[in-house]
Amino acid sequence: MTMDATRYDDGSISYPGHPRGPGGAEPVETIDLSEYTAEIVTWTTSTATPPGVREPNHLAVLEFDVEGEPVRAIGQLTTGNVETGDEVRPVHIDELREPGAGIREPESQAWDGYRFKPA
Amino acid sequence: MTGRQRSTDEQRDRVAIVGASMTEFGQRDGEWIMDLLAEAGIECLEDAGVNATAVDHLYVSNMTSGEFEGMTGVMNALVHDLGAMPAYTQRVDQTSSSGGAGIYAAWQSITSGASDMTLLVGGEKMTHKTTGESTDIIASIGHPVEYKHGVTLPSFAGLTARHYLEQFDVPRESLAKVAVKNHKNGVDNPNAQFQKEVDLETVLESPIIADPLRLYDFCPVTDGSAALLFCPESVAREYTDEYAVIAGVDGATDTHVVHERDDPTVMQGVVESGKGAYEMSGYGPDDIDVAELHDMFTILEFLQMEGLGIAEQGEAWKLVEDGYTERDGELPINTSGGLKSKGHPLGASGVAQGVEIYEQLVGEAGPRQVDADVGLCCNVGGFGNCVITTIMEAAQ
Repeated sequence: MTMDATRYDDGSISYPGHPRGPGGAEPVETIDLSEYTAEIVTWTTSTATPPGVREPNHLAVLEFDVEGEPVRAIGQLTTGNVETGDEVRPVHIDELREPGAGIREPESQAWDGYRFKPA
Repeated sequence: MTGRQRSTDEQRDRVAIVGASMTEFGQRDGEWIMDLLAEAGIECLEDAGVNATAVDHLYVSNMTSGEFEGMTGVMNALVHDLGAMPAYTQRVDQTSSSGGAGIYAAWQSITSGASDMTLLVGGEKMTHKTTGESTDIIASIGHPVEYKHGVTLPSFAGLTARHYLEQFDVPRESLAKVAVKNHKNGVDNPNAQFQKEVDLETVLESPIIADPLRLYDFCPVTDGSAALLFCPESVAREYTDEYAVIAGVDGATDTHVVHERDDPTVMQGVVESGKGAYEMSGYGPDDIDVAELHDMFTILEFLQMEGLGIAEQGEAWKLVEDGYTERDGELPINTSGGLKSKGHPLGASGVAQGVEIYEQLVGEAGPRQVDADVGLCCNVGGFGNCVITTIMEAAQ
């Protein structure tokens, strides 16, 4: 399992990747963010969660530094005991949310991924 | 002259609004999407004194009738229910900004010459679902990397509010004061879901929903519908002397994946659509007398004030603290009660914003009336993903 970000021909990197980057830039490679640590940009604990989602749900916007290029991601935290600026590392989880409990077609997307734990 | 007798290019100047209506917003047990749309549509035509047969185009702003009710094709059904055949019809879905997008579509239909009379009806039926189910349906606008983590619109609000408070050293109480203000305004709106004041302590002690935001920082789940009737100004004068004119309107789109934005506290869709509406109208932020902003969450009122140039970045809270945005302040914001107090039936909300500005400009706002010649509404879809800004002015 990897957490693939995409680098485009203008040098920018996004997670998730898109068929085209900013201004129509073409993808040139993927970068596995699961090998990096990240810094918490902001975080919240959601107590009113939709079907199939753990409650409470600790979430954060994270920023990775990939060779000087900032790359942001969003994801669940393993704990709500964090502060902005904390360093976290990805931990693989087989099922972040129960497939089929919500409105989205279970087969339409992957349900595993990375939760982020204080480093 | 009927709507089907096209006005000439010489007469076709500005786009006027000659009628407006909204149903009661709230929990409308036993009434479904078609009941709500028909109620607002009929009342709007009656408000303007226009027969349904004069309608050339009919747009329905609606995000989720299929997902909430299993009812699709609502635009066709409404034309039939109003007896408006053979009017061209189209459903406008731009998530929570469907209403604003409907205003843009109606403006385009008139200004292009394709229609001389366009009825816009926005509506949503939501309250029969649980809050969790409603939250999930709305969250389905998200990218798969957001959805699988259980990211919802309220959680985006919590993430953004924390960042805003920390980055600009803003007191938490200032967000709560947005809720207090808008609930106070909603008391005088007979169609608002909550016609009840709340005090600062109640807001600050309500249950946490998405830390640091609490229950009263969020709008409710709502059923309701609203409508506006558009025509060329030359046609408007045949019906009334009291009408409003679309001075400027524009829409813009930001990233689908919210965390990919450079600055979480800047909604570029608000900035760009506001810039376009200002340019078209010739007005600037200082010319606006009254505004309806999309306060689905209290933090959004700050972000829109800043994106529209009403306040500098990180300083909107100071205007709220100073009373600048109160009904008797220099720029009253959300005199209707806003989404916060009036309610947020997704597809209806942008239309209802237009109804409030129209009523303010033609002097029909009753106890909510302020002195206004120019009004603005900003309708936000997703978490700033799609935005429509509309500027209206009084005809006289």
